[in-house]
Amino acid sequence: MADPMRIRAQANGNKATVRVLMSHEMESGQRKDSSGAAIPAMHITEVSASLNGKVVMTSDWGPAVSKNPFTQFTIKNAKAGDKVAITWKDTKGDTRTDEATVS
Amino acid sequence: MQNRRETLKQSAVVAGLLASTGLFPQYAFAYNKDAFKAKSVADVCKALGASAPVESKDVTIGGPDIAENGAVVPLTASTSLANAKHILVLVEKNPAALVAQFNVTDMVEASFAVRAKMGQSSDVYAVVITNDGKAFFAKKEVKVTLGGCGG
Repeated sequence: MADPMRIRAQANGNKATVRVLMSHEMESGQRKDSSGAAIPAMHITEVSASLNGKVVMTSDWGPAVSKNPFTQFTIKNAKAGDKVAITWKDTKGDTRTDEATVS
Repeated sequence: MQNRRETLKQSAVVAGLLASTGLFPQYAFAYNKDAFKAKSVADVCKALGASAPVESKDVTIGGPDIAENGAVVPLTASTSLANAKHILVLVEKNPAALVAQFNVTDMVEASFAVRAKMGQSSDVYAVVITNDGKAFFAKKEVKVTLGGCGG
């Protein structure tokens, strides 16, 4: 299983700014190895975020998202102590979920 | 500080909760393969069932004027449109234009940041698709001094 994500959720008034740093190779499928064969694509395709167990945001990613992806978004009506969970799924079918508390 | 075992345990709990509510992401939405294969901004909008995009002041794209490293180009996309359904981040001259698609709900602000790979200097686009299938865009040129596609 991949390494844990780093999630930081910071309350700002009644909103929470969520920053996520995932650990993933994000192989684009464009690169070639030393023998000239294409390296198959292997990247995160789906990312979703939930607040206290309720999905608030989903997103679909292509191979053009950088290696070890970073993303940032803002959840409305979130307060300190709320739980933010992020889940990703890649082209191999691997998934990972990590959780952080809004502070 | 959490140790690894606790983190794993929590992950399992969260995944279980999501699955039990039927909201586990793999069932909640379908990954649009056509959109991620499309070569141009207009084709991406078509693959997502939206009309041809028109430029709009209500959409903002943010990014560096000059990116030294094309493998990591920080881009932001946001909109003030109230009925935004999807926000897309695109790089026009990449092998496939679409970088990421964010699905907006009324519980998040219509503003997202992501880091993209760029093969060469190109216009980058933020496209907003509204609930009624209209598409609006904003664009910005980003110059890349070192490409991000390896090779």
